[in-house]
Amino acid sequence: MAGPLVAIVDYGSGNRRSVQTALEHVGAEARVTGDPGEIASAAGVVIPGVGAFPAAMEALEVRGLTEPLRLLADQGRPLLGACLGMQLLFERSSEQGGAEGLGLLEGTVERLDCGPLKLPHIGWGEVAWAQPSPLTRGLPDPAFFYHVHSYAPVVASEDEVLGWSDYGGRFVSVAGRGNVFGVQFHPEKSSRNGLAMLANFVALCSGGDG
Amino acid sequence: MSSADGDGQGTRRVIACLDIDAGRVVKGTNFVDIRDAGDPVELAGRYDAEGADELVFLDITATHEQRGTVAELARRTADDVFIPFTIGGGIRSVDDAQAVLDAGADTVSVNSAAIARPELVDEMAERFGSQCVVVAIDARGREDGGWEVYTAGGRKPEGMDSLAWAQEAADRGAGEILLTSMDSDGTAEGYDLALTGAVCESVPVPVIASGGAGELDHLVDVLRVGADAVLCASIFHYGRFTVAEVKEHLMAAGIAVRPPGA
Repeated sequence: MAGPLVAIVDYGSGNRRSVQTALEHVGAEARVTGDPGEIASAAGVVIPGVGAFPAAMEALEVRGLTEPLRLLADQGRPLLGACLGMQLLFERSSEQGGAEGLGLLEGTVERLDCGPLKLPHIGWGEVAWAQPSPLTRGLPDPAFFYHVHSYAPVVASEDEVLGWSDYGGRFVSVAGRGNVFGVQFHPEKSSRNGLAMLANFVALCSGGDG
Repeated sequence: MSSADGDGQGTRRVIACLDIDAGRVVKGTNFVDIRDAGDPVELAGRYDAEGADELVFLDITATHEQRGTVAELARRTADDVFIPFTIGGGIRSVDDAQAVLDAGADTVSVNSAAIARPELVDEMAERFGSQCVVVAIDARGREDGGWEVYTAGGRKPEGMDSLAWAQEAADRGAGEILLTSMDSDGTAEGYDLALTGAVCESVPVPVIASGGAGELDHLVDVLRVGADAVLCASIFHYGRFTVAEVKEHLMAAGIAVRPPGA
């Protein structure tokens, strides 16, 4: 039986193919698309991303994708933002002079405050779960995931924090509200933990509770 | 010398390096139950399962005609292996880099092409972001001190100082420096700690140390002088140590790594 159709939002970002192969590996029918209609009709959506926030937001707007994504979230369909894709879910970012985000999660995106440590933060970091979630079900606590980023969200309310990481200071690496989830790391590059998380997401897209 | 291991640095990485010639792994391995020891994708999957944090495929294919195989390698790897991997060797242009990134590679390593035309680093960082750009530097000690930049497998001095070039590369947008000591490479007598320490202090970006690992303590030594990651080739390929043994040794030495099986 075919898995649920998961749309991977194509807005010109580089790592779409890795996200697609990882989702297919855990049973989804994954389609990379920038078509608003196709995204609106998917069982679930992943916003991937590497790069800078303002250009990414502009690319979403130019392609007419911001409203379909907001609508999808309002309808309660599963939405997962990874790395820059997570940051886009928040209200705004201070990167490169600042830009507005999708506003699906409350908070802003700020440069990592990591003291003497080097940026970007590249490598495997431990994530400790803040509360149970269908996205993180069955994963070890803490679990290691692969991070590549210089910015991270600063949430308005810790109610939306699902997981914390540490890099010279604590930062939010997993956030969520309802069926909207953001992960600051790259699940598609995080070996078995990442695949397990994506499998949880695909289960949500199938209509299960994970 | 840092006062405490891991002080001022995050989790260190253990990177397995595979030399690729015309799409095949050229160095031997002694994985006993592997079907095809020359298949880079099968080996990559094995290293993932063992707990390697990243992979580097270094394409040493001599002829231009066969270089197309490296994009195909990236594609096959991305289909099956879910840890980050770098493609290096033979990347001459932004278009070359684009081809392997589109195929699923996470980062691209450039060496002699960036020395010939340093603007390539700026162009790649602009197009893909610094996190995709690794500048590889092959360095050899000078008799009067310092380290000369070499190309052509350590045969050709470039008249450049390795520390200055590392700084310039980082200024131009390199997200990481992959530093190989041509003096230590192949000796199995340990990394060049003076070189690695000097480069780590010179650049604000992560440094991957390469060349010379023969014993587990060699990895500890180079991480203690500031390297963010260790690139391992022969100590894995010839089965002297497994990735898990390396990780366990580093953890016992107080160095933060992703534990095997975590």
